[in-house]
Amino acid sequence: MMSLRSLAAGLVVAAISLPASMAAAAETNVAVAANFTEAAKEIAAAFKEKTGDEAALSFGSTGQLYTQISQDAPFEVFLAADDERPAKAVSEGYAVEGSAFTYAIGKIVLWSTDADLVSGEDTLRSGDFNKISIANPTTAPYGAAAVETMKALGVYDDLEPKIVQGNNIAQAFQFVQTGNAELGFVALSQIAANSEGSRWEVPVDLYTPIKQDAVLLKKGEESAAAKAFLDFLKGPEAGAIIEKYGYGTAAGS
Amino acid sequence: MTVQTPPPMAGSTIEAAFSGRLGNFALDASFSVPARGVTGLFGPSGCGKTSVLRCAAGLNRLQGTFSIDGEVWQDDKTFRPTHRRPIGYVFQEASLFPHLSVRQNLLFGAPGRQPPSSATGTSFEEVIELLGIGDLLARSTSNLSGGERQRVAIGRALLSQPKLLLMDEPLSALDRQTKDGVLPFLERLHDRLAMPVLYVSHDIAEVERLADHLVLMQAGKVLAAGPLAELQADPNLPLAASREAVVSLDAVVESYDASFGLARLAVAGGHFEIPAAAGAPGTRRRIRIAAGDVSLTRRPPEGTTIINILPVRILSETPVGAHETLLVLRLGENGEGARLLSRVTRRSWHHLQLEVGQKLYAQIKGVALTPASAA
Amino acid sequence: MSVPELSSETLSAIRLTIELAAITTVILLLVGTPIAWWLARSKAWWKEAIATVVALPLVLPPTVLGFYLLVALGPSGPGGQIASLWGARTLAFTFEGLVIGSVIYSMPFVVQPIRNAFEAMGERPLEVAATLRASPLRTFWSVALPLARPGFLTGAVLGFAHTVGEFGVVLMIGGNIPGETKVLSVAIYDYVETLRWAEATVLAAGMVVFAFIVILTMTLIEKRVARPGK
Repeated sequence: MMSLRSLAAGLVVAAISLPASMAAAAETNVAVAANFTEAAKEIAAAFKEKTGDEAALSFGSTGQLYTQISQDAPFEVFLAADDERPAKAVSEGYAVEGSAFTYAIGKIVLWSTDADLVSGEDTLRSGDFNKISIANPTTAPYGAAAVETMKALGVYDDLEPKIVQGNNIAQAFQFVQTGNAELGFVALSQIAANSEGSRWEVPVDLYTPIKQDAVLLKKGEESAAAKAFLDFLKGPEAGAIIEKYGYGTAAGS
Repeated sequence: MTVQTPPPMAGSTIEAAFSGRLGNFALDASFSVPARGVTGLFGPSGCGKTSVLRCAAGLNRLQGTFSIDGEVWQDDKTFRPTHRRPIGYVFQEASLFPHLSVRQNLLFGAPGRQPPSSATGTSFEEVIELLGIGDLLARSTSNLSGGERQRVAIGRALLSQPKLLLMDEPLSALDRQTKDGVLPFLERLHDRLAMPVLYVSHDIAEVERLADHLVLMQAGKVLAAGPLAELQADPNLPLAASREAVVSLDAVVESYDASFGLARLAVAGGHFEIPAAAGAPGTRRRIRIAAGDVSLTRRPPEGTTIINILPVRILSETPVGAHETLLVLRLGENGEGARLLSRVTRRSWHHLQLEVGQKLYAQIKGVALTPASAA
Repeated sequence: MSVPELSSETLSAIRLTIELAAITTVILLLVGTPIAWWLARSKAWWKEAIATVVALPLVLPPTVLGFYLLVALGPSGPGGQIASLWGARTLAFTFEGLVIGSVIYSMPFVVQPIRNAFEAMGERPLEVAATLRASPLRTFWSVALPLARPGFLTGAVLGFAHTVGEFGVVLMIGGNIPGETKVLSVAIYDYVETLRWAEATVLAAGMVVFAFIVILTMTLIEKRVARPGK
């Protein structure tokens, strides 16, 4: 199953990269973590408007993308969902030393589709619900942040029996959105665009920042477009877009 | 079970009429035959005879009617499902249940799945004995020969105590030798069971041996239906016109002349002497006479080696081919007996100045007893 | 390699998995048999559409199936309405919910072999039974079922095995609750992710042995069916 999926992903990557390799030099292939999809599209559009260069985006989970990069996928830039994989890409020699930086900081929100349920940390203390959804804390940074928050508030032991775990933050979000869990810790980016339900944006001092790092890959070392894209990502126009989608930026936080 | 055929009820018949399409095949067949004895459904492959049988069993459903002894199984309003029809059905292939033993197969349709005694109908012992399957009872069905399988299938149908036995070419899947082994069992059934049988076959030899009545079919339609001998002797039907045309006559043994080894048998309108042990007086036998074996003289011949010379009258004359003509004869001084066929040249017909109604003498070169059953 | 003591959490996952697979298999045999019978015998032109629906879990990604199940089991789906009978809001994150999910995603593995067995026996044995005065019910019990027995064995083994092995759907509707929805495949995944290799290896090896036995059993059943003579 897993190998089939990565094969399919590989084929998609190959299909996407084919026209890119034939196109003009002013184009760069960017591997983007799935949670950053919408923001990345808008940034790429703004980048093209400003520079005329094209950023061809490929989406996937950070782990999958990293595996593809290690298998010689033709990516020039890597936008990860954590800071571990970019660091590893550097140490393993797939990325350019000193090029990694934090482009976005994930924020967690306690969220419910019920407009009256979530009022603040009191909601957690009252424990007046059946199920609370989080991402798997052992595998997903957002899940770890949720556990950290509950522990910081001293409610983790009381709430533990009510916790249901999604395998990733997308599943944790689905559990709440479909109403199977009354509330849950989700990523702000998942609900930034809608105002439904009730939410409590968790203060950033309750958990370790969820850093999302970008890095220039060895394949992009000679690409002006790749470097231009990374510069653009650091700039204020991109920063505004990133914040609009519910992430913090290093500059902004 | 009665060993002798009981006198038929007045008007006791099987009435069948089916029409409609089965796949690409159009069936439009109706006939009425007595609800006793064996009725052969005969015709070339693909003429619809199996379809008629399946409709009679309720396995296929076409527009039409079916009744037996006045009991309606199908008409405009009724359709009895197969499992509510008191039939026994023997398929071309034995179709034994592979997960059951021979004994369990035999008793599958028996009331209460118990071996029936003769008090409740056809008894278990009787069927076992009749079909010679006593040694097979404990066996699994997988190590039976083709003939054994078909005999078990017949026994299974009989033990369900049917009022009507339907047999769909029960011998056609068997090789010649096995077929010859099973046929005598069927003849014994015919002799000893009272229930009516519809017997589908495309092999005229089987039909001649077993059937009392015949339904001739062609291309989904019934050409003719009636007593076997009558249809055999109908010059307008393909049976009589064929080069192998024969008539089958039911005969009763009258006496046996042991000094010459000659049996004397009575048929309607005459007697035949046959060099064979035909059984005790009163035994019913079937004899068969080929059209080519019957020649005619105007006067009783003298000094001939032919032993069967019988007075007949000419019933009809039908030319066949360029130089022959087919005569239908009736036995007896006044032509009141059974029918015979005679194939003669057209020259003889003219030279002897023969005409319909004329009295003649038939010299019969060969009279065959159908192979004896062990009865 | 020394075999580490299985933790109570692992044992509970094993027990839960066996319970889930056994209950699912029993339900599938009860529900799948009439469906397989209908698929094998019906002449309705749209029956293949139904067969396709039954077969969908074979090709749908577990995430798709899992998401639909999540909605169906939740407060706005039929599952939530059933759950409300005893005051719960959802069937997700419950053992019962897993059973429902397992029945759906393992259905093709049970229905298909049984349907094939019903089709392979053909019309003839059923016709023979009818001519011997067997009612449709008796025909089904004493002819169709025994003749289709290899199909039932194959279906039961495959249904059980597939339920044991399913991972994606369970992950999506289970919520990973120990003793309730944390089954073996999820436990192995967690051990791998948290680098508890020893436990993961033992369980994975157990699964390999299990899969081996399943496939061997199937082969032997098929061989038995193919034996000469009938």
